Amino acid sequence: MTSAVSIITPELIAEHGLTPEEYQRIVGLIGRDPSITELGIFSAMWNEHCSYKSSKVHLRTLPTAGPCVIQGPGENAGVISIGDNLAVVFKMESHNHPSYIEPYQGAATGVGGILRDVFTMGARPIACLNALRFGDPAHPRTRSLVSGVVAGIGGYGNSFGVPTVGGSVGFHTRYDGNCLVNAMAVGLVDADRIFYAAATGVGTPIVYLGSKTGRDGIHGASMASAEFGEGAEEKRPTVQVGDPFSEKLLLEACLEIMAKGCVIAIQDMGAAGLTCSAVEMGAKGDLGVTLDLDKVPCREAGMTAYEMMLSESQERMLMVLRPEKEAEAEAIFRKWGLDFAVVGETTPDKRFIVRWRGDTVADLPIKELGDEAPIYRRPFVETPPPAIVRATDVPAPMPVGAVLERLLGTPDLCSKRWVWEQYDHVILGNTVQRPGGDAAVVRINEGPKGLAMTTDVTPRYCEADPLEGGKQAVAEAWRNLTAVGATPLAVTDNLNFGNPERPEIMGQLVGAIRGIAEACQALDFPVVSGNVSLYNETSGRAILPTPTIGGVGLIEDFAKSATLAFKAPDEQILLLGETRGWLGQSVYLREICGREEGAPPPVDLAAERRNGDLVRALIGEGIATAVHDVSDGGLLIALAEMAMASGLGARLYAAAMLVPEHAFWFGEDQARYVVTVRPDRAEAVMARAKAAGVPLRRLGQTSGNGALTLPNAAPIPVRTLVERFEAWLPGYMAGKAG
Amino acid sequence: MKSAVIVFPGSNRERDVARALELVSGREPALLWHADTGLPAGTDLVVLPGGFSYGDYLRCGAIAAQAPIMEAVRNHAGRGGLVVGICNGFQILCEAGLLPGVLLRNSGLRFICRDVHLRIERSDTPFTRGYNAGQVIRVPVAHGEGNYFAHPATISRLESEGRVLFRYTAPDGSLDPRHNVNGASNAIAGVLSEKLNVLGLMPHPENHVDPAVGSTDGRGLFAGLVAHFAAAA
Repeated sequence: MTSAVSIITPELIAEHGLTPEEYQRIVGLIGRDPSITELGIFSAMWNEHCSYKSSKVHLRTLPTAGPCVIQGPGENAGVISIGDNLAVVFKMESHNHPSYIEPYQGAATGVGGILRDVFTMGARPIACLNALRFGDPAHPRTRSLVSGVVAGIGGYGNSFGVPTVGGSVGFHTRYDGNCLVNAMAVGLVDADRIFYAAATGVGTPIVYLGSKTGRDGIHGASMASAEFGEGAEEKRPTVQVGDPFSEKLLLEACLEIMAKGCVIAIQDMGAAGLTCSAVEMGAKGDLGVTLDLDKVPCREAGMTAYEMMLSESQERMLMVLRPEKEAEAEAIFRKWGLDFAVVGETTPDKRFIVRWRGDTVADLPIKELGDEAPIYRRPFVETPPPAIVRATDVPAPMPVGAVLERLLGTPDLCSKRWVWEQYDHVILGNTVQRPGGDAAVVRINEGPKGLAMTTDVTPRYCEADPLEGGKQAVAEAWRNLTAVGATPLAVTDNLNFGNPERPEIMGQLVGAIRGIAEACQALDFPVVSGNVSLYNETSGRAILPTPTIGGVGLIEDFAKSATLAFKAPDEQILLLGETRGWLGQSVYLREICGREEGAPPPVDLAAERRNGDLVRALIGEGIATAVHDVSDGGLLIALAEMAMASGLGARLYAAAMLVPEHAFWFGEDQARYVVTVRPDRAEAVMARAKAAGVPLRRLGQTSGNGALTLPNAAPIPVRTLVERFEAWLPGYMAGKAG
Repeated sequence: MKSAVIVFPGSNRERDVARALELVSGREPALLWHADTGLPAGTDLVVLPGGFSYGDYLRCGAIAAQAPIMEAVRNHAGRGGLVVGICNGFQILCEAGLLPGVLLRNSGLRFICRDVHLRIERSDTPFTRGYNAGQVIRVPVAHGEGNYFAHPATISRLESEGRVLFRYTAPDGSLDPRHNVNGASNAIAGVLSEKLNVLGLMPHPENHVDPAVGSTDGRGLFAGLVAHFAAAA
């Protein structure tokens, strides 16, 4: 392994994504030049994707503890308690770069990876969600990316057999060269049967399970840690190929051997494959690991040690087994037709030793591989505060009804049915609220408990003001869970940003994390898992900062969950929360006036909490008959969605006196909900709102005439709105102009 | 009613259908592995569940049709025993030659998951005695290859022999191409074998057996089977 003349050239170091300083740090740590395999191992462990070197100092500021938290960040996924000895395991992770290069497989393996993170901990996956962002619909690649990504997510989840119950889809020209695919998985496990990565015991066998190792995905994590230039398509060989069938077998086999008590520790092979999984198992258990690569099941002959250590072939696991249970575990894996091989053992000396064809190709200090990864306090400049756009300075060129019809047919606000109908959202027979509402609701086992889930972020707010945007993403997730009647419990965050070596991008990241931390703190909504995806840029142009928040909440009785559809004619429609008519960064300003500017709506976390707590109480007591949070597009969009979901109409009162009409209906003020109640209950609800200090306004009544009627305007048939709402995406995908 | 659900590698709705069977019949079905070679003694009903058996990497259902357990399923059907194949199970029954025809890719070329309306074409079978002829039920579909196709002569024969059991229709039961979710010949959603004892259908009645989750429109299939065996006993 040691040779007199180092073969490591500056070019080779650069190709591995390491800086000269980082290379010197490696030499200092091990006291010599590394072998080529060792260099590969360091590059895998020290890239941005695996080491969080640019974000770590800031991520530490996030609140991660709370009464429900069993496991915070640092494991394969976060774990929270939902009582009755049940725990929920969940995490969201990006697969942005691979999905842009090869949309179907990139998105599919994104889903596969996050599912493995969840069942590695012993949980059976019960739901998937996602958050997708694509470029301008008019961009020549957008249509094929939407088509491939959606098919890939569906192709994997549908075959694996987990319902994909929710998500979000948005479009913006800033994602032209870099789409976002954030996949979230949620699983259920007995709280006393959770499995972790830390190995215990010296001399225990390390077992390789699952599919064979091939030459796919080599340096995938490094690729995901660099920005794109011209010719990104040439990186296709770095994208892995998914096999949901093998993953389904792996799930069943893993859960079976876990139930039989065979497993001490388990780690899935995700980013940086065998390297990262073996190092983490050893390092977390304060043990060394020796691997014998000649035992690794390979798809093809002639793979080098370097290739085996860096392959990101999918559907593979590494486990430490109870030695006395090895034969039993092997029999279970053989039954499922999966590979099973003892490829190494734990050692007392905290070294990571890799042997191949009689040579030692790597001999490294195992703790330092992870712990001594560089940590950067990268310089940053805060995003300058944008000017506030006053509603009175925003023109109102069209009647309110015409604006409504136009906005419902825009890419961001239109129905995403074309997308979610390609996902099996009913398998497992527990989906209480399907896609299309504020949050998805899934029954826990036979009930009565239910789990609510959502993914949220408003990137244009984050671009204008990262701090407020970060707060808003958390607040909206909290609000969406509240709107179905759930008590928000915890979040996973997926931070998608540009190149952190640019101070203004780093400023966005720092600001957004600060906003997330503030909101999570104020709303008792801890972060239990997450993922950071940086270098989302192409040819120097970064994406909009997109810190996606995946929220999970608990409903004690799923049958009491609220939906957004109006329930009956002649009910009172109430607005909870204050309307100031905030048009800065609104959909209205962009779509009607062609302006993307101004400060985003400020988030008042105390008001969020106060208003949300009242809404949740009204749902729990069965007083609220329909509930919808007010978000993108504003109040009239929310009302139209409630009408469209039911077929019922509404007769609306005039806008508030002190707010311009267009700002009243289309402003995007936060902390607001539309709630319907029976007429005889309206007075009592108003009294309660007053007592709680929650601003309340009567908006009108539901009606059986199937039309939305604004004051002094002709009724708009709900069926017309539905046509507008449903038409854009299928039309676009069928080839109509974006 | 004593039922057995066959689990192939890649099946993924076996738990859904087992849960529906237990809920309606009060009796837990046996779960059999593809490598098994016999059915438990006294099995009344065999169910082939939905999923992606063997990944569906070859033609859907083609490999499962050759699995060891299928000989026992064939023998059961040959004795006049009842067999239901749902979704991938339907595809397997066609590949195994227990039902005529094939399931092509959906006419829209995309996987589709949504509630559809089915018209019950006759109620005098063990599978539909829980419904009325002409009744319309709402149940979900979730498939990429559910477009039923057969030689026109075969389709005519199926029609004339009353072997089309379920058809995709509008909510009012009328035939409407817009509601033929996958472009199936004659909007066929489910067919019977010659002796009327083997049923294949694409939709998932097992996912609509609970008022809290979707609807209870799918219950009739399972309740009808329970009634059938209760009457036979």
